[in-house]
Amino acid sequence: MRKILTLAAFLFLTASLGNAAVLINGAGATFPYPIYSKWFNEYNKLHPEIQINYQSIGSGAGIKQITEGTVDFGASDGPMNEVQLKDFSDKHGYGVLHFPTVMGADVPTYNLPGLSAELNFTPEALVGIFLGKITKWNDPELTKANPGVNLPNHELVVVHRSDGSGTTYIWVDYLAKNSAEWKEKVGVGTSVNWPVGLGGKGNEGVSGLIKQTPYAIGYVELIYAIQNKLLYGKVRNAAGEFVKADLAGVTAAAAGAAANMPDDFRVSITNAPGKSAYPISSFTWLLIPEKFQDPEKKKIITDFLHWMLSDGQNLTEALAYARLPKPVVAKEISAISKIQ
Amino acid sequence: MPPTQILTRPQRMRRKIRQIWGHDNFGHILTMAAGAAILIITGVIFYELFAQSSLSRHAFGLNFLFTKVWDPVAGIFGALPFIYGTVVTSILALLMAVPLGLGSAIFLAELAPPRLSDTLSFLTELLAAVPSVIYGLLGIFVLIPVLHTSIIPLLKNWFGFLPIFGGDFFGVSYLTAGVVLSIMIVPFIVSVSREVLLAVPQDQREASLALGGTHWQTTWRVVVPFAMKGILGSIFLALARALGETMAVTMVIGNNPQIKASLLAPGYSIAAIIANEFTEAVGNLYLSSLIELGLVLFILTIVINGLARLLILATARRASR
Repeated sequence: MRKILTLAAFLFLTASLGNAAVLINGAGATFPYPIYSKWFNEYNKLHPEIQINYQSIGSGAGIKQITEGTVDFGASDGPMNEVQLKDFSDKHGYGVLHFPTVMGADVPTYNLPGLSAELNFTPEALVGIFLGKITKWNDPELTKANPGVNLPNHELVVVHRSDGSGTTYIWVDYLAKNSAEWKEKVGVGTSVNWPVGLGGKGNEGVSGLIKQTPYAIGYVELIYAIQNKLLYGKVRNAAGEFVKADLAGVTAAAAGAAANMPDDFRVSITNAPGKSAYPISSFTWLLIPEKFQDPEKKKIITDFLHWMLSDGQNLTEALAYARLPKPVVAKEISAISKIQ
Repeated sequence: MPPTQILTRPQRMRRKIRQIWGHDNFGHILTMAAGAAILIITGVIFYELFAQSSLSRHAFGLNFLFTKVWDPVAGIFGALPFIYGTVVTSILALLMAVPLGLGSAIFLAELAPPRLSDTLSFLTELLAAVPSVIYGLLGIFVLIPVLHTSIIPLLKNWFGFLPIFGGDFFGVSYLTAGVVLSIMIVPFIVSVSREVLLAVPQDQREASLALGGTHWQTTWRVVVPFAMKGILGSIFLALARALGETMAVTMVIGNNPQIKASLLAPGYSIAAIIANEFTEAVGNLYLSSLIELGLVLFILTIVINGLARLLILATARRASR
């Protein structure tokens, strides 16, 4: 028995010595988790000595952990606000940088029995529905945008996310940009006080509720809608065009917003200008501290960022994420040098 | 003079151990340590919840318990809709689970042949081990369609004039959550009640039968009253389980923080909102309010659990006398 134990201990020790991997820890958003784990896996193949460990525990928790300093980097679907940035610099004496990685979008999805047309939605219609002001499918705001479609005279059932989520953040950010009333009454956040509707947990909870409830309407992530072949509507963008969400449209939205991109990349790209831009789009960010105590970690993180912005971007579309537009990539590469 | 026995070292050790092990003090200390551990764990949980919710306790005071608005953006938090949802769904669950659970426990303990009884109670215990997410999925994909197509139209037809069955039914509701919970807690009632019923001394039954009572009278007038405290204990245990259930409830309650008289309306529960919003909660007051919800639930559960424990203890003592 003792021999076996000794042997096991010996094996364990040599195993951990032989594989002197550098371990980098990150935590945060769940939405980009599939592409992040793909990236970290591919990066590990290129650099077997480096192991990047990412836990998808939610954007809020990611911000909390990077502020506490328990992880090497964080990730979030919404940029950190002024209070959070101040908390971080008060605690550490230096700031935190935002790096956009990929983009996502939200789409309106619905269940109208006997109708499989792709409906058009104006911003006013979406705002009205989610404020509880438009209560019927044949409301003029909806029929006006959908000529030739026979919309039923039936009550709408609104479905939203019940869990705090970046998906909700993008959706309400879009509604707030189009309605002063929404901005004032409800506001923007990962969870809000919804004026109407049922709450489903996760994209699957929302789409499940919609599937089971006739005359329901809600929103899910574009990726989720594509992968599950859900029926979703077109949304009118800032240029007045009805756009059906796809990856190119999301990248176009980011390109439209790139002209006014602030240096810290904390920008909302909902309602972006451009004829083909899909209006309910957003970046998701990596949160990287400005300073690393360990020079090796700094080297790995900067090297990873360079790789992510070049070869890494080629992996995005296979997983149904929209890639970053070129001007944003160029701007990010020059920002990497801010990491000390 | 008896021959002196020379003991080897291991023998002396063994004797020493036997002496310590057999001693009353030893048993006393061992069990007391176990008891104290539970007390300490409970104490630490309570302290942490209490300390970490201080921000929200100071901001809202007792109003926290009696206001209805939950607005993370504006930083206004009230717990009433969640407390209401938790209590309503738990009571609904008990109303359905108690007759079902007690009935099958009586059957298993009193009437069923031993082999059938053992098989069935094994299956009941299996039910208790099914993960709650499975119950939630069954609720969504099996229960809700059945409610939609057959049960709710009937209810509305017969009792539609009652406010508790008023309004539209969207599938997710207090009632749906109550039904799912009742299925989840039945095993607790069955298993504990069956054990308690089996512990009723045989001479009690024989005495009743000897006096000319039928089997049913014996069961209902002698055995069940004798085991009443234990049965109550099982019900309280089931209630505590229902109060704290998270996943299955979140999936079928509708997650809408409102207070409606209709059981067909969507609602929310304490455990569900914590599960939904904790990971993405940013801002200290928001977090602190979620933790205070945990504190509220903890106090509810502790009170109920404490009652159940006392009842079970009391029955065990009486039975052993």
